[in-house]
Amino acid sequence: MNIVAIFNLVPDLVEELEIDQSGTALNMDFLRLIINEFDDHAIEQAILLKERSGARVSVVGPSIDGADDVLYTAASKGADQVIKLTADFQGKKVNNHAMARAFASTLKELQADLILTGVQANTDLDGSIGPLLAEYLGMPYVGYVSGVNAVDGKVVARKEYPGGLVAEMEIKLPAVLGIQAAEQPPRYVAVTKVRQAMKTTTIEERLLAEPDLSGDVCIHRMFKPEVGTRAEMIEGSADEVAARLVGIFKEIGVL
Amino acid sequence: MVTTEAVVHSFYDKVLAATPHGEQLRVCLECGNCSGICPFGYLMTYPPSRLIAMLRADRFNKVLETDTVWMCVSCFACTAVCPSKIPLTFGLMTSVKEELLLAGNVPAELQTALANSQRYGNPQGESPRKRADWVKDVNPQVTIMAQARRPVDVLWFVGDYASYHPRVQSATKALARVLNALGVDFGILGPDESSDGDSQRLAGERGLFEILAEKNGKAFSKYQFNKIITTDPHAYNAIKNEYPQLGISYPVQHYTEYLIERLDQLKPLLKREVKAKVTYHDPCYLGRANGIFDQPRALLEAIPGVELVEMAHNHTNSLCCGGGGGGMWLDGFQWEKAHVRMSEWRVREAMTSGANILAVACPYETPRFEDAVKSLNGGRQLIVKDIAELLAEAIG
Repeated sequence: MNIVAIFNLVPDLVEELEIDQSGTALNMDFLRLIINEFDDHAIEQAILLKERSGARVSVVGPSIDGADDVLYTAASKGADQVIKLTADFQGKKVNNHAMARAFASTLKELQADLILTGVQANTDLDGSIGPLLAEYLGMPYVGYVSGVNAVDGKVVARKEYPGGLVAEMEIKLPAVLGIQAAEQPPRYVAVTKVRQAMKTTTIEERLLAEPDLSGDVCIHRMFKPEVGTRAEMIEGSADEVAARLVGIFKEIGVL
Repeated sequence: MVTTEAVVHSFYDKVLAATPHGEQLRVCLECGNCSGICPFGYLMTYPPSRLIAMLRADRFNKVLETDTVWMCVSCFACTAVCPSKIPLTFGLMTSVKEELLLAGNVPAELQTALANSQRYGNPQGESPRKRADWVKDVNPQVTIMAQARRPVDVLWFVGDYASYHPRVQSATKALARVLNALGVDFGILGPDESSDGDSQRLAGERGLFEILAEKNGKAFSKYQFNKIITTDPHAYNAIKNEYPQLGISYPVQHYTEYLIERLDQLKPLLKREVKAKVTYHDPCYLGRANGIFDQPRALLEAIPGVELVEMAHNHTNSLCCGGGGGGMWLDGFQWEKAHVRMSEWRVREAMTSGANILAVACPYETPRFEDAVKSLNGGRQLIVKDIAELLAEAIG
């Protein structure tokens, strides 16, 4: 079975986010990018499947800052092939429709049976990438998956529903799964192992000629949460606040 | 498939190559002193002497299946009592942790601290750009090397917890005030500083330690200064004993060593009385590991009003606070196995000694002991202070 795990990088929230001059995007000056946590789980799930059922795992990501680290780390965890999609991504915020189209052409070449990607990312403005990918590839998609088992050319996925319900679904391959959580947290790899991988692994670079970047949403304004006007902020000593609260409860009729 | 014998031979070779006097491993008498004195030895499937026995019996694969070596906090007690002078802490325990880490057998809590150290240069996962934010209300202004662009006499290596932990920042600011009162020309690296890496090294991440050391080495080489002083004993140990092997060599002192050399200038400044019975906790990496016992005590005795009392365990047989060797990042894991904390044992000893104040000289200790004070019955009477804080109080 050929498993492909797709990842993307998102702003690292350790640094404070600033809005740029245009007021419609993040200021990238001091922004660091980190792998989308759900994609990290997708890679972990792929490796787990390989360890259990001997599949072949390829990990694919875009050529942006931080992608190399992710690819070498994936290789040190056991990925058989690591691929970087090179296109003119820098400076342009790439929407998920464009990313999905970009990945789709590579996935067709790789003849992927099972495609795993994170179910969501904090940069999903135009929708999450899983369903878009599935649509461009003409494959079924199941999201919010928290466990995957490969059985005779099919997979059985555990899908989470609201309210604590879980469904086990049998899915014919090829298919795309949106991973909510891998069966175990992404494993730690010793620095020496990653360094070794850097020496022995070659990152395959695949060039995308003229990517189709359409599909973006139009952002009118990006802003930090603003203090609203519908809340009454009660100030004063504990006694004063309590007295005011009692007054409010009486006003609205609950006391 | 690697055979056990091959693993044992490479393990032996690794210990021999990595540690000075590593060959002492071969002359272990199996006296059991190490396992006996180890504070969590009773919870380990393979405490130090049993680890050596397993190596000798060619059964090291069994050790790799267990996880109790993560109870080791690298407190150095075993090394201090070994009659064969085996480098147990740095050689044996660290090497076993390295093997487990390579095999992926490492508690999740610790993983986060290690990943943070690599990515952000500190185990807490704080923004590296905010490493010098603590200087904001210190007067006169603390010199940050990259901004000042001038040589200084002393480079003060501040450290992770001293920079970022809210409680420890009080001690850091206190030390800045003491240095300023003495007119010391000092500077800090600020965002150029990375974790010293010593606890990460002792938790089995040699590769990570080397990356951090290299980063610090590069930062040091950009500036001119005569010596380095450290807030914490772990950075002191790293810079003094480990960095030179990587080609990074500078004269270094712990702040207590530096200050006691200047007692003549310091003593007249200590005008305010701190009337209290004070007991001093020997940090493992200042005391047992590096033989510094008297200087911190002399500093405390210089403070008017201070009456020094000793805890039952002191000097070489001090009890560890539990923070070293990864212990800072293994609280959940260790609690699950022990249902007791070393810091609580130590705070009980402090309470029994009759002391009002428990004085410390390592940034791991202040939060650890204060937490223990909160969770022990009758603990709330005991105050925990860094020596720097007591000196600053006496200066006024």
